[in-house]
Amino acid sequence: MRELSLNILDIAQNSVKAGAQHIDITLMETDELFTFAVKDDGCGMSEELLARVKDPFTTTRTTRKVGLGIPFLTLAARQTGGDVTIESSVSPNTHGTLLEASFYKKHIDFTPLGDIISTVVTLIQGNPDRDITFTHDMCGTVIRLSTAEMREMLGSVPLSEPDVLVWIREYLTEQYGQIK
Amino acid sequence: MKSLAELAAIKERMQGKVALREGSGETRIVVGMATCGIAAGARPVLNTFVEEIAKENLTDRVTVTQTGCIGICQFEPVVEVYESGKEKVTYVKMTADKAKRVVAEHIKGGKVVSEYTIGNTKI
Repeated sequence: MRELSLNILDIAQNSVKAGAQHIDITLMETDELFTFAVKDDGCGMSEELLARVKDPFTTTRTTRKVGLGIPFLTLAARQTGGDVTIESSVSPNTHGTLLEASFYKKHIDFTPLGDIISTVVTLIQGNPDRDITFTHDMCGTVIRLSTAEMREMLGSVPLSEPDVLVWIREYLTEQYGQIK
Repeated sequence: MKSLAELAAIKERMQGKVALREGSGETRIVVGMATCGIAAGARPVLNTFVEEIAKENLTDRVTVTQTGCIGICQFEPVVEVYESGKEKVTYVKMTADKAKRVVAEHIKGGKVVSEYTIGNTKI
């Protein structure tokens, strides 16, 4: 993947596929480190599946036997000196998955974050009924978006409505613009 | 400064329209958004379709949705167009520019852009 924001979209799509109602995407940056976490309340993975999830010959897709999402991400993290950790539970009360990926930003092989705004817009467009929170903490300056809060304002108007998607894009663009 | 309060204005403006629209989607544009699609560039393709459909005021009859792996990963980004009463059209190796042309010529104009379809594309 050319941008980490594409990896984030890919990982979040796994949460969607796991039937999650809540998906929290958290990006944390310091001068040295970039980490992101995707936490969901989806069906979770069994210990057996969790043990082999970084293996490219593990996939949930039915169309072929190779799954490269997590191997790609793990490669992107490790080539900077970082890593990916995944915790998951299938128990009835606490089911869900937490994936954390860390990167050393100053390493020459650090993949740039890229267009994270498009990732957020794409995720909401495809999944207007889920509760998605997006948080990006840049050395203490925080950008935040919550679809549950948006839904309170919008009532029955779906979040996938083009006018709403335009608003999300403009809102996040403005927030990022103020930092730079 | 943009704020959440602006969403209330969108709600006012949209509420009547959205109710009318439900169930009237005659045309469905489906973009493959699994790992293979995302890595090949499906994100800008999807967003271009969403923007162009809104810009051309086609939201009343056209919906844009996402799907998982369709199984022809070497042809990604793959876009399928379903129109009621017509055969499915599969566009392959899509880009944002190609998406604009598909909206203008196929979705709006009714003429399939055959050079982008799977039957006319070599790997």
